Amino acid sequence: MFKKLRRGNLGDSIFAVIVFLFGVSMLALIMGVIFQLWIQSGDSREEFGLSFLWGREYNPSTGIYGALPFIYGTLVTAFNAIVIAGPIGLGIAVFLVEVAPERINRIVGFLVEMLAAIPSIVYGLWGFFVLAPFLGDYVVPPLQGVFGWIPIFQGTFVPATVFTASIVLAVMILPTVAAISRDVIRAVPDAQREAMYALGATRWEMFSRAVLPYARNGVLGALILGLGRAAGETMAVTFIIGNRPEIFSSFFGQGATIASQIAAQFPEAGGLTLSVLMQLGLILFIITITINVGARLLVSLLSRGPEGGMRT
Amino acid sequence: MSATASRQDRPTLGGSGTPHAKRRRNIDRVMTVVTVLCTILALIPLVWITAYTVYRGIGSWDVGFFTQLPQLFGDGGGVRNGIVGTLFIVGMASVMGIPVGVMVGIYLSEYGNGRFAAMIRFLTDNLTGVPSIVVGLFAYGAIGLVTGGFNAFTGAFALAVMMAPIIARTTEEILRLVPASIREASLALGVPRWKTITRVVLPTALSGVITGVILAVARVAGETAPLIVTILGNNYDISLNPFGGPSTTLSLQVYQLAGQPSQEVVSNAWGGALLLIIFVLGLSIGARLIFKGGKGASF
Repeated sequence: MFKKLRRGNLGDSIFAVIVFLFGVSMLALIMGVIFQLWIQSGDSREEFGLSFLWGREYNPSTGIYGALPFIYGTLVTAFNAIVIAGPIGLGIAVFLVEVAPERINRIVGFLVEMLAAIPSIVYGLWGFFVLAPFLGDYVVPPLQGVFGWIPIFQGTFVPATVFTASIVLAVMILPTVAAISRDVIRAVPDAQREAMYALGATRWEMFSRAVLPYARNGVLGALILGLGRAAGETMAVTFIIGNRPEIFSSFFGQGATIASQIAAQFPEAGGLTLSVLMQLGLILFIITITINVGARLLVSLLSRGPEGGMRT
Repeated sequence: MSATASRQDRPTLGGSGTPHAKRRRNIDRVMTVVTVLCTILALIPLVWITAYTVYRGIGSWDVGFFTQLPQLFGDGGGVRNGIVGTLFIVGMASVMGIPVGVMVGIYLSEYGNGRFAAMIRFLTDNLTGVPSIVVGLFAYGAIGLVTGGFNAFTGAFALAVMMAPIIARTTEEILRLVPASIREASLALGVPRWKTITRVVLPTALSGVITGVILAVARVAGETAPLIVTILGNNYDISLNPFGGPSTTLSLQVYQLAGQPSQEVVSNAWGGALLLIIFVLGLSIGARLIFKGGKGASF
């Protein structure tokens, strides 16, 4: 910014070096996370090699460990959550940008952010003690009545199921999806809207044909970021999903995610089990970092202006 | 080409009662209603969760709830050690995480125009997306195993690692809002750059920075997952020794008490959840009151 100014001021040099080092500490942290997870999971990697990834059995008593049920559970619940939360979050974003008057906009925006502030563990409590019985009484019977012939909707409903976990996850990632979609849709130039209106379009036609296509990448990024949030969510899922290392075939089955398995097993873990959990953590880290990097590239490629844009 | 012919090709909405125009109008109305419904649908859980937590939690709030240790096989006891533990561990995490976050924010905003800084910004963003349980595993490996297993300091370190990137990004955003003319005025008076940043830029943006910091503290105050794998939980005593073995926080206690068979204990878990919600939402709302007019960081 003011590079050429005041060369040779000692205080400035010292300060610049200090803040730079703090900046580098972020790089060091990421490296540290990767390094630690790699080192700590050494025993497990040595024991099982790559077959850990598709091992279907997880049994501490026989010492055979596989990660597949958890990878499967993580991806399926996160995917379910985004299928539910995606359209709703997008709807909220459209409401906030295109429909709501300024005052309502502020209030609703604030309330949606409050939804994000509720601790994960409280979601877990609510999901298990309140939402699950409610679903069992009022939602699952009609659902099975209509779709019961489809395998994924078969089985007896117990409170702790994949179904409940998916819905709670959906609620938890709604704020993420809504807030990012809102920012992205807001960033679409008004000329797009005005041009559509000038052609005599209705508001919905204007949005669906001139705004949404323009914001498509960003909305996709918002959905993927939501997916990443859901994949890493721990406490609520640990409470609700049933924590069985099984590859469930129905929404009303029980399963486990990588995060819930680590949370449930870590307190008793030692030796090889500890190493196995560390390797599960490494897998989760790789999954989420891949999701996040992809999403952020999508979001930043869109019209948010160049990163670190004009500041002079 | 007469005007009527072109109207046949592309009917307008204005006052025309053709079926086509009606259908377009109706679709527009339906979609508007749908967006409203989506919004209402999202607010139902918010009201439902907070209302139910108040309803279940308030009953367990008596003097003993705040002053006793948990009794898993008695009348439930209280959550004193959870309350103390939360203040202790979140406090320790703040001491570690806030300065780092603010300094990284200064770097990204004031020195952040190069390619290297862009990379740091990208990494910082992605650090905020690392699952909290993974941060916990990292802390356990890096600190816990070196300091003799589960202890409060390891948990605080995990929370600090979660806080710093969030604070860095909000600080950067706020500092970027400070007009360049203010920096230029200070520099023109011959004030060194470091003093300009610490004495002019930071104070100008202070309320925004504080808001970002409080929001980050609120975010980690409700965390449970990284604490399971770093402080384990402890329902028997309180130790304010950072390296004094397993420790607990309110959030962790809620998790552990909720799984107990005794109804009184489960009721205390709800009481703890209520306290946690009040604490976290109170911090979030308070932070936004400090910084009016700006938009809070939501992710």
